[in-house]
Amino acid sequence: MIKSILIFNNHGKPRLIRFYQYFAEDMQQQIIRETFHLVSKRDDNVCNFLEGGSLIGGSDHKLIYRHYATLYFVFCVDSSESELGILDLIQVFVETLDKCFENVCELDLIFHMDKVHYILQEVVMGGMVLETNMNDIVAQVELQTRMEKSEGGLSAAPARAVSAVKNMNLPEMPRNINIGDINIKVPSLSPF
Amino acid sequence: MSPSVPLQEMIRAIRSARTQCEERGVIQRECAAIRAQFRQADNGGRSHNLAKLLYVHMLGYPAHFGQMECVRMIASPRYSEKRVGYLGAMMLLDEKQDASLLITNSIKNDLSHSNQYVQSLALCTLACMGSAEMCRDLAPEIDRLLRASNSYIKKKAALCAVHIVRKVHELGELFAPAARTLLTEKNHGVLHGAVVLIIELCERNPETLERFRKTVPDLVQIMKGLVLSGYSPEHDVAGISDPFLQVRILRLLRILGHNNEGASDAMNDLLAQVATNTDSTKTVGNAVLYETVLTVLDIKSESGLRVLAVNILGRFLLNNDRNIRYIAMTSLQKIVGTDHNAVQRHRGTIVDCLKDQDASVKRRALELSLALVSATNVRSMMKELLIFLSSCPQELKSHAASGIFNAAERYAPSQRWHIDTILHVLTTAGGDVRDETVPNLIQLITNASELHCYTVHKLYRALLLDISTQSLVQVACWCIGEYGDLLLRGECQETEPVQVTEDDVLDALETVLQSHMSSPATRGFALTATMKLSTRITDNVDRIRSVVSIYGSCIDVELQQRAVEYNALFKKYDHMRAAVLERMPVIEKNSPGHTNGESMGEVKENQASKKPTEPKLLPQPANQVCDLLGLLGGSEETLQPSPSTALGLLTNTPSTAGGNLLDLLGDLEPEPLTPAPLVPVYDKDGVALTLSCEKQSDTAMTVTLIASNSTDSDISSFTLQAAVPKSVKLNMNAPSGDFLPARGAAKVTQMVVLNYQNKVNLKMKIRISYSSRGSTFQDTVQIDTFPGL
Repeated sequence: MIKSILIFNNHGKPRLIRFYQYFAEDMQQQIIRETFHLVSKRDDNVCNFLEGGSLIGGSDHKLIYRHYATLYFVFCVDSSESELGILDLIQVFVETLDKCFENVCELDLIFHMDKVHYILQEVVMGGMVLETNMNDIVAQVELQTRMEKSEGGLSAAPARAVSAVKNMNLPEMPRNINIGDINIKVPSLSPF
Repeated sequence: MSPSVPLQEMIRAIRSARTQCEERGVIQRECAAIRAQFRQADNGGRSHNLAKLLYVHMLGYPAHFGQMECVRMIASPRYSEKRVGYLGAMMLLDEKQDASLLITNSIKNDLSHSNQYVQSLALCTLACMGSAEMCRDLAPEIDRLLRASNSYIKKKAALCAVHIVRKVHELGELFAPAARTLLTEKNHGVLHGAVVLIIELCERNPETLERFRKTVPDLVQIMKGLVLSGYSPEHDVAGISDPFLQVRILRLLRILGHNNEGASDAMNDLLAQVATNTDSTKTVGNAVLYETVLTVLDIKSESGLRVLAVNILGRFLLNNDRNIRYIAMTSLQKIVGTDHNAVQRHRGTIVDCLKDQDASVKRRALELSLALVSATNVRSMMKELLIFLSSCPQELKSHAASGIFNAAERYAPSQRWHIDTILHVLTTAGGDVRDETVPNLIQLITNASELHCYTVHKLYRALLLDISTQSLVQVACWCIGEYGDLLLRGECQETEPVQVTEDDVLDALETVLQSHMSSPATRGFALTATMKLSTRITDNVDRIRSVVSIYGSCIDVELQQRAVEYNALFKKYDHMRAAVLERMPVIEKNSPGHTNGESMGEVKENQASKKPTEPKLLPQPANQVCDLLGLLGGSEETLQPSPSTALGLLTNTPSTAGGNLLDLLGDLEPEPLTPAPLVPVYDKDGVALTLSCEKQSDTAMTVTLIASNSTDSDISSFTLQAAVPKSVKLNMNAPSGDFLPARGAAKVTQMVVLNYQNKVNLKMKIRISYSSRGSTFQDTVQIDTFPGL
């Protein structure tokens, strides 16, 4: 079981935190700090497995991490997960992010934190690996985003306006528009 | 991806804050605005507010006021709001909050929603934070979804079922049939979920495991399809077809084949095929190979396959990639118990990994090396481990030190080697060894009588070099005190002779006494050692006397007490000094935890076994209890402190007076039950001692002491010592234990047998000592009247 997934940058600022086991808020922040402390000390050519810190679970738990440019992706797992498998899973997750965001960078993760959560939800659910096929994941995320967009809301107002115009039935409008004395005869227009 | 503009603006504002204080200000303003908006009626921007709140929560600021908003959003008909609401529920709620119950109904409705994405949201939330009641309520729904829905929902329902089974074990029965049918699915996601569910069911319930053994042929078929099929682009990861699914199925096969011949036979071919066909140049291939190796080693596989597996592990060990070496060592650790010889072949590589720069690899190599030490290779392994100890990272030092001690104890080829090894460890890592090391080492030294001269010379030299390592200094002081005469004699066969004068030795001990680096316990050792030397040296006895009297006014109470007692020994009891300070007898080794319940029936009273008590009790009992008795006017013959064994002084105790004592002991009931009244005799600091007596005959009585602990912290090393006047004979049986858990969870009982001529003189003084919260306490109580007499 995956106990938690943490993404933070080279200075320890959290970019995404997801705990699959309940911890109080201050405990969560302490875990993030401790994990950052452990992971940032590591060289780049050492192995990607760390025996976990004492806060998050003790002897049975490992931290499996990968360092990409400015970000650390850390998965805290227990012994029921294959270590190399999780390492590949991190790779799959990052490649999925890349496909969804087009050349993902740290700023994308910062400003679209909720989207990253939704993508993660398609990969890992309840601490267990759900789907590892990148194309499936991307397709599902696309469909869901489309659903959200179609519902509208304030941000979709321009889209609504366009569709409203498209739905306007112009031939229904009166031919004579009375604007005072001037009598303008409106020619009959062909329907759009 | 369409941006959520208000969220973005807030993030930008937070990021532009230059100091922590500014950031806090921005966030406080934003939170106030969010709170105000939550209170308002429905407006279009609700989802943005909750998203903002979740961002703030991630940065570590309190966000609990968003919980009710999550509940409201989940109930909204709009997908965008539901989405954020469920995300908020997963981040902010958990089963301990009351608000989580409110979403049960929403989840129930959403599980039967027409839109599959709404269903998936509900499933995801249930799998993340579903409480036991929610799981019970919704389990039938999940079962329905497992059977009849599209594959997207099926795979999510399968994992949700795993969570339900983890929370409510009995519901495993409900999901077993559905899990079985899921194995026939083609969709890899669903298959994966089904395998995870079956693994969970099998791990929980052995009967389910039996039932699922029948699926082994199906699983083998699926695996064959994956391994042998041609290139399938949708599942391919670096040339291997869906390695994640392969790894999962292999794990399930491992569970099904464990301890079962039939299932293991069915898998043998497949495992051989996977092991040989998988490409090991990429990480994914190695992941599959690794899982195969673990499976082969865990089931009842044929020997050829096992050899293949261990060879694969050996290849992994030599791989350049540190990750692979790490996991190879992890799996070798698992099999070192069973296939010891196979792992021994790779000992060289493992020992080399001790020198790797990577801390994780070092840790693994250390554990494996310690497991590989055996009688044949102990000298070379120990050399390597000692080199490792001098350069290992701090967090591994104490583990390495205790591992070395254990190995040395089990496989030491000679006593001298053993002592040398322990001394070496103390000099390199003395600060990180455990507390029992000191008494263990002392006991070892006393046992090796021919090495006393050698040991004391070595320790003296180590003491001159460095007095900062407390454990080393304590052992050195003890030895110098005990064997000071050997040190002064100067010659020693095993090491180069060095001329040591009495002044040098006393100087060394005084340095320890006065140094800031010495802990109180160490200074106690040094003072006692100085005292012991008064009988072993000839010229400087006055110097010793002056040292001892100076410390008679020391601030440290323990030192002061000792100094005063030693002073008394010089003044009033000078005739006894030689006898009191003579050589300690050999201490019998007792393994810790051996509580000797059976010693109740034992006759020889000196066999009340030694427990691993604080080190300073061992050299001291004669001196301390001597003073106890000084007040009662008794001699040392009648004392018997419970932890120590054969003090040479006690050989004339009445074990030879055989006869009636044996009978009396034969009459003793093993249970400390007494119909006699329980009288509290001591109650201080939460530790209470009660006493009850039972007359055995006109001249004998059994006293039962029951100790209890009503404080909030545990008490360990609880010991009782008793002393009686000269006319009374005392025999203490072994206590029921030495650990008193907090708040009276358990008691310690000890029985004492008294033999007396007349009741008039019957008094008893009891000294209680224990450690609580890291510090030691001692207290004495005098009992003048015994109830029931």
